[in-house]
Order: sequence, then C-alpha cells, then structure tokens
Amino acid sequence: MAKEIDIKQGIDWTTIWIYVALLLVGLMNIYAAVYNVDNPKPIFSLEHNAGRQILFMSVSFMLILIILFVDFKVYDTFAYIFYGIWIVVLIGTIFLGSDIKGSKSWIKFGAFSLQPAEFAKTFTVMALAKYLSTMGVNVSKMKYAVRAALFIFVPPIIIILQKETGSALTFAALIIVLYREGLPGVYPALIISFIVLLILALIFPNWVVVLGLALFGVLFWYLFLKRYERNKQNLQRVIGLFILFSGFVLTVDFIINNVLAPHQQKRIKVLVNPDIDPLGAAWNVTQSKLAIGSGGAIGKGYLKGTQTKFDFVPEQSTDFIFCTVGEEWGFFGSFVLLGLYFILLTRLLSLAEKQKSKFARVYGYGVASILFFHILVNIGMTVGLMPVIGIPLPFVSSGGSSLMSFTLLLFVFLKLDAHRSYKV
Amino acid sequence: MLKYFLLMFVQKSSKIFGTLGCNFVLITFMLESRKPVILIFFYSIGIIYILRLFYLQILDPKYQSLGALNSIRREINIPLRGQIYDRNGKLIVANEEVYDVYVTPKKVVNFDTTSFCKLFNITKGFLDSTLTAAREYSKDRPSLFLRQLTKEEYASVVDAMIQYPGFTFEQSFFRTYPGKTMANALGYIGEIPQKKFEEQEEEYYRKGDYIGLSGLEKYYENELRGIRGVKFTLMNVKGEEKGQYNDGKYDTLAVIGQNLYTSIDLELQQLADTLFRNKVGSVVAIDPSTGEILAMGSYPTYDPSLLSGKQFSKNYAALSRNPDRPLNNRAISAFYRPGSTFKLVQAAIGLEMGVITPRTSFVGSPTMFAYHSGTYEAANLYNAIEKSSNPYFYNVFRKIIANNSETSPFAQARVGLETWGEIVSKFGFGKKLGIDLPSETKGVLPDVKRYDKVYGKNQWKFSNIYSLSIGEGEYGVNVLKLGNLCATLANRGYWLTPHLVRSTGVSKDNIKGFKVETHRTGISPRHFEEVVKGMGLVVSNGTGRSAQVEGIEVCGKTGTSQNKRGKDHAIFIAFAPKYKPKIAIAVVVENGGFGGVASAPICGLMIEQYLKGKVSRLAYKEQVSNTRWTTVAASSSSKSLEPKSTPVNTKN
Repeated sequence: MAKEIDIKQGIDWTTIWIYVALLLVGLMNIYAAVYNVDNPKPIFSLEHNAGRQILFMSVSFMLILIILFVDFKVYDTFAYIFYGIWIVVLIGTIFLGSDIKGSKSWIKFGAFSLQPAEFAKTFTVMALAKYLSTMGVNVSKMKYAVRAALFIFVPPIIIILQKETGSALTFAALIIVLYREGLPGVYPALIISFIVLLILALIFPNWVVVLGLALFGVLFWYLFLKRYERNKQNLQRVIGLFILFSGFVLTVDFIINNVLAPHQQKRIKVLVNPDIDPLGAAWNVTQSKLAIGSGGAIGKGYLKGTQTKFDFVPEQSTDFIFCTVGEEWGFFGSFVLLGLYFILLTRLLSLAEKQKSKFARVYGYGVASILFFHILVNIGMTVGLMPVIGIPLPFVSSGGSSLMSFTLLLFVFLKLDAHRSYKV
Repeated sequence: MLKYFLLMFVQKSSKIFGTLGCNFVLITFMLESRKPVILIFFYSIGIIYILRLFYLQILDPKYQSLGALNSIRREINIPLRGQIYDRNGKLIVANEEVYDVYVTPKKVVNFDTTSFCKLFNITKGFLDSTLTAAREYSKDRPSLFLRQLTKEEYASVVDAMIQYPGFTFEQSFFRTYPGKTMANALGYIGEIPQKKFEEQEEEYYRKGDYIGLSGLEKYYENELRGIRGVKFTLMNVKGEEKGQYNDGKYDTLAVIGQNLYTSIDLELQQLADTLFRNKVGSVVAIDPSTGEILAMGSYPTYDPSLLSGKQFSKNYAALSRNPDRPLNNRAISAFYRPGSTFKLVQAAIGLEMGVITPRTSFVGSPTMFAYHSGTYEAANLYNAIEKSSNPYFYNVFRKIIANNSETSPFAQARVGLETWGEIVSKFGFGKKLGIDLPSETKGVLPDVKRYDKVYGKNQWKFSNIYSLSIGEGEYGVNVLKLGNLCATLANRGYWLTPHLVRSTGVSKDNIKGFKVETHRTGISPRHFEEVVKGMGLVVSNGTGRSAQVEGIEVCGKTGTSQNKRGKDHAIFIAFAPKYKPKIAIAVVVENGGFGGVASAPICGLMIEQYLKGKVSRLAYKEQVSNTRWTTVAASSSSKSLEPKSTPVNTKN
C-alpha cells in the first residue's frame, strides 16, 4: 500500500476549495485588521498576526499531508485512546499552562503557544463517533443517550476549569449529532423552548412571561386539543409543563441576578438592551455593530475601514474578524462569506449521509455541528444577536491553535470520506 | 428517588409531545428523516443572520453617516461672523478676536492650582468642577474650559502656560458694538437653546455653538454665520490623530459670514438715543421712497455689549427683570392705539369715497365727543386736521360707515365696517408689514367678527364703534406701523416693505438684497394731497408746532393714545420735506401726554439731523433729552417701595 499511495484519491475537492477560499478571506482580513496606517508592514512580517497566520497555514498544510498519509482506520481504531490522552493533556494544562488573558489554557512552545482545548473538539467527536458506531448502542434509549452525553460533557468541564468558558460551550453543538442518531426530538425541542424562554425572560418582566405561558396553556387546551383529548392525564401534563417552564423563567432571573458574576450578567443584559452601558459592557457590541453597519452595501474598500483600524473594535483579528469583513466589504462581502460557510455545511452534511460507515457519518455530523456552532455564536455576537463569547470564526480568525484544530477536524473527515466505500 | 422522579418526568413530558402531535415545531422534530430538519435549522439561522446584516448595513441609516463613526473626528472650522454696517459704511457691529481655553484631562499633570486660579482669575471650585466635567466627557478629547479671553488676557497668560500642559487655546470671536446703539433691532447671539438644537433639520450646530437669538442676528443668521468648514480626520480609540479621512474628499473650506449693509443712519440713530434719554417709548424713521429704515429705537434700551461675551447670563437676567422691559423691541412689538394720527386715514378714505370734500363742514352736527381739542368744530378738512377735531372725524367716520345701500342701522354698520376695514388693511393695519426682523406683531384692526363676538351678530351699530373714528377703541398698532402710515402719507398713497438691510454679502458690491414689495392703498394721490395739506398746517399753525424745523416744510400729526394705566401715550408722526419727502418718522413717548408736547420735538430734531446733517439747536436738543416723563412701570415700582418707608415715618 505504501508503494503507490495517492493521497489525492477520493478527496472531495469542493470542500478543499472552500477551505482554501476561507483561508484566503481570513488572511486578507487579518492583514486589514492589523494594518497600521502610519506604519504599514508587509503581509509576511511576523510582527503582526497576518504574517504569523501565513506561518500557521504552512503548518496546517503539513498537518493535512500527514492526515492524508496516515491510514484512515487509525482514527476509528484509536479514537478512545486519542480521547483519553487528550483528557490527560487538558487536565495537565490546568497545572502547567501559562496564564494568558486570565485563562490557563495555553501551553507555551518558545514564541508560540498552543491551546489544547481547541483540539479537544476533534478527539471528542472521534470518541463520540466511535461510541455511537458501537454495535447495540442506540441513543433513542435513555441509557445510551446518557453515556453518549458523558463523552461530550467531560472535556468541557475540564475546559471550564481552565477558564475558557467560550470554548467549552461549543461542545453543546454535539446534541445535533445525537439528534441525528436517534435522540428523541423532545430534547432539542425542550432546549429550544428554554432558549426562547430565556430570551423572553430577559426582555419582559417575569410575571408577563408566566402570564403569557398560562394564556398559551389555556389556548392550547381549548384550541389545539380535540374534545376527547381533554382528559385528566393530558391536563396533568399541560399543567406540569406550565410549572416547569414558569419555574425555569423564575430561576433564570434568579440565576442571572444572583449567581452569575457581574461581568457575565452585563454581557447577557446588554444583549437585550445595549443602551444600559454603551461605554462599558456593551462597548464591544456597539462598536462591532457600528463597524459592520458602516460598511453599507459594498463596504469601504480593502484596507479602508476606519472603525476596525484604530482599535475601536477589540480583538479585531481574532474573535471580531467579521467586523473587518463587514466594514470593508459591506453586505456583499458578508453575504459571500456566510454563503461559503453554508455551502460548506451543506456539503459536509450530504457527504456525511453518503458514508457507509456509521463512524464516518457521526464524525461528519460532528464536524458540521462544531463548525456551525462557531459560526452561529461568532457572527451572532458581532451583529448583536448573541452574547459576547470569545470563540473564533473557523478558518478565518487568526490564531494557530484554532486554525490547526479546525484543519485537523475537517481533514480527518475528508480522509474518512475518501474511503467512504469501505465499511469498517 | 430524585433521579427516578426526573426520569419519570422526562418520559411523561416526552409522551405529551408524542401524543399531542399538533404543534408544528414538534412535528418537525418527530420527522423520520432527520437530515432535512438539521439543514432547515442551519439555513434558518443563516437567513436570520443575512436579514440582520441587511438591516444593519443597508436599512438602518444610523450607521451610515460619517458623524456616527467615532473613528472619524469632524473638526469644525467656524468662520468669522458677518459684520453689520450703517448706510454710510460705518461699523455698527464688529467682531473681536478672543481665545477659548480647552483642556485635555489626560495631558494635564499636577500643577499649582493656587497660582493657576490667580492667573486666570477663577475660583478653585470652578477649576475643580470644570476639570471633573471634562474628565467625565473624555480623558483624551479637549473640552471647553474657559470662554473668551481677550487679546490682552491671552497675552498675559500665554507665557505661563508652559507650566500647565493639557491646556490649549483656540481662536474664537465675540461681538463688539462700535455703534453702541440699536441693541433691540440688532439682537444678540448666544448659545443655541436646547429646543432649537433638537429641532434643526440638518445637523449644523453643535451644543454650545453660538446662534443669533433675536433681532437682525436671528433674522439673518444664515447669511451672517457663513458656511462652516468641516475637516474629517481619522483618530484611534485613544483620540490620537491618524491623518485625513479619504484624502480630504469630504472636507469643505469655511466660507466667511456675509456682512449686513443696513439702511440705518448711525448719527440719526444715536441722536434718537440721546433724545429718548429719560423716556420710555420708541421711534421709527423710514425713507418713504424705498421703505428703508433710517433709525429704529426702543427705549429704555441697553448697551448691546452687555449681551456679548462672558457675562451674558448675568446681564440677561438683570435686563429681563427691569420693569421697563428694555429687552422688548417696542418698535415692532408694542401695542398702542394710533390715536388722532388715525384721523388722517379717515380723511383719505372719506375723500376717496366722496362722502366729504376738503370743504365739508360739520358745524352744528351732533357729536359724542367732548375732549381736549375735541370740542373744536372745524370749518373744513384742513382745519379739522390742523386742530385735530374730534367731532369732525366722528362725522366723517359716520358717513363712511353709512356709505352703503343698507337701511337698517345694524346692517349698515356691518357692511360699512367691512368696506372700511378692507381699505384700512391696505395701509398695513392688522397685519405684518414684513420687516426683516423676527417677532413683528400683527397688531389689531377691529373687524365685524370682533363686534359680533362682543355684542352678538347684528346687535351693534355705529354708536357702538364710533370711537374708531379718532383712532381709539379696539386698535392695536406698533410704532413701525405708525411710521409706515407716515411713509404712506408721504408717498401719497403707497408704501414699500420696510426693511433694515439693503444688501448682504462679503463686500458691498456683492449685492443680495431684501425683497421689497410695493403696497398700494388704492386711494387716489390727489386725496392724499389734501390730507398732506392739513398735515402741513398741523406743524405750521396747529397742534404740532414744536416739530418745526427752520427752512424745511414739515408735515405731521399729533396723536394721543389712551392708556388705561396712567397718563396717555404721546404720539407724533411727521415727514419732510413736504414734496419729495426723504424721511418719515413716528415717535411714541409712553405716558408723555400730548403728542404735540412730548413727541413732536423729537421728530423735529431728528428731521433736522437727517436733512441738514446736524442739529444746530443744541440747547433745545439738550432740553428735549432732559425732559423726563414718569412711566407707569417706574411709578408703580416706586410705589411699591413707599409702604416700606411710610410706616417708619409715621412711627417716628
């Protein structure tokens, strides 16, 4: 096999071209974000993030070559081992990691530092895929669903201990995978209900939401239920749900005001009403919206953004990179970038469905879910639809760890896909 | 136990969703094939985000303007405000360069506050509060610290400023008044009021900017202010400059404010100030051939420089408390009755209608007047004007009102008043004349509706309105209207829109004038000639002899405006010379009594000044200006002091 290996064989070029396009979009905008009007430096200069990003890209290309050379069965076979090793690495990071911006999630290698938490996503997805593809495992049954959830829950708990809450949240996306593999629809439905209630609870006073729920319950009882369905059992259920939801609304309010740290409280509150603190907690969101909004239809032109330069928008080359796209390329550019992402997601889902092996399918869904969650939260936060949670925009944000981890995540799937006719 | 309960709960609730499959969301989640559900979920988020971006970047205009962006600093370059000149090119209002002090809190280092306060002559409290306010506004951006240091003050502090980094100077200006007069007509500038600031259509003014608040300064604000220069510079979040925005493509240069070239004769205006020294009242002098205002005074007036500069609020408060209301421009906004001057209008209308001829006599006719000169029964029209005969004009007005085919006294009065009112309004009564000043009052010309309201429809007749015949009753006029009446008589039947500004522009050649319209009364000039003949007699033999000027034929008319509070207001209107008149004047001296005594001398002296270039009767001028007429306001304020002292006196 080693004699005539053709690493290109079976590779999905559509995905690769989108990957390359996203990298280029990223590099251009990172350069724009760090561009210093007074003292422009060439893009290759390692003094700024754009130059470093080029370096990370080269490393990523090497990583791709390695992934493609390695036998595809390795990921399936050693999934648990990778997962286990990485749990150890994560725990080790808590003790050995360097303190960067208040979080203990970085391991230093000379001038560069790596964030193991970023790579944990890949190995968690692998382990989850391995578990779900095990004979007899069926997540529509409670027992298996709880076990699968354990795979998902362990890494983020350690990551939260590293004070990287944003990164930990991304694991929540894997519920999509569980749903695809048969988790009863009621769970996602409940989660969505809770999210909607959370937003309502933030906007309206508690009693209004509770009253609304009661009204909804009564209407539901009389308008949606047929006469013969209005029995004692269903009445208990409706009342039970009402109590659950009302309790949730009241608890949310309590938690936000009494449990969360003040800065976290503000991050959530400014989401609903940015005016309460435009220079403080809402500064990021206000500036970010201003930058994107000022881009107009076609943007101000490359390197001509004014808000993203001059440091009005924080973390411009990493978490808030989308502001640069919005300001310099306008609605047109934002639309194209979102378009690229959604083509990629669609492609990943359809590739995943084509997999003969359940491991590869689950893994594919895992990749799509993780990417989707990052896009959802990152862009949502820059346009003021999501609270400020510091997670990168896949393939576009600057940063070695995120680029390499996303590359690893994606290309392992492409490698599996290249051999999709093999059933493991 | 708890675990069991939770399990039961989840299972039960899932059963509810299972059995009650009516909810759309639930149906979606129960679908057998789950890939489409996930795709639909992804796409709906995508669509929400696209819509949100569309809203932010295309629909919401909030983010599109350059002003909204904090990375772009709009530096405004305020041009010099236009100056105001009199008709001979003499400066009335000028600008003086001053320096505003700004402070940038971040650059301030600890300094000796005592010597700093001493240097600027400010209190420690002011320094602290201003610095705190500046810090709250921004640590990186300059805030206004002190306004308007004069050149001398600037020179005295500028060397010491090396010790105080963070304080910078910006050149500015304030209004000075070389003419030292005409405060009321000129008006003043001040910080833009909150309401005006919010109401401006395009965002031109910033908070704290100066704007014309009254008088010419307000009316010609757009000409005087010039056009601001705007420079867009980029700056970073710390407020440091980062060069021009878009290579200065959106920058504009400041355009200097236009000057106002007024028709005011500064010497005439200053003479009026002198003559009114101890009086309350107002004067308006018009060039009848052009409608140009030669002088406009309202007394007591104030030194215009009081409302320019740092002491604005303090002085403004003091002036607005003065019971004689010096801030009020009586010339355009006071409310008087025209008194006997209105007889001239009655005469002209009577002649035009043909109800009288210059030879008409009403000797022996009934009358309802028994007033000062009122009982005098005139032999003819000239005689009636000369002696200001009340019975005569009572009869003239009766004939005017009866000049229609109605037979009922009620209907007759109604139709008669309507016809009369139409002609009178052509003189400018009861409407704005359109002078180039804000807050000109319309005045009141009583009409049919008014009497209907008082007496009821068809419930009034001539005997209810007869006092209109001699300019008493329900009229309301300002001095400008009287001056305009005088100009109309001088022109023998027409008037031009009175105006103060002949042209505006950067230089005198760049003419952009005020639009002057000609208004005709519709009464034939030959009738006016008869009225003017009577006016000539007023000054030569009659009630207005004190308006005589040697060598000039002055035509005039006295008036006494009845006043509920205190002595009558003295009115005199006059124009000269009789043929080709050059000046028409109206003078009101409040509580001055007879127009011929209190007001006519002022008219005479002003005519002398304007037509001869100087006043030769210096002693007379002195005498007139020293004459004091007690006003109601003054007497009532002195009365209010009396009770305080009286009890003390009685006790002692």
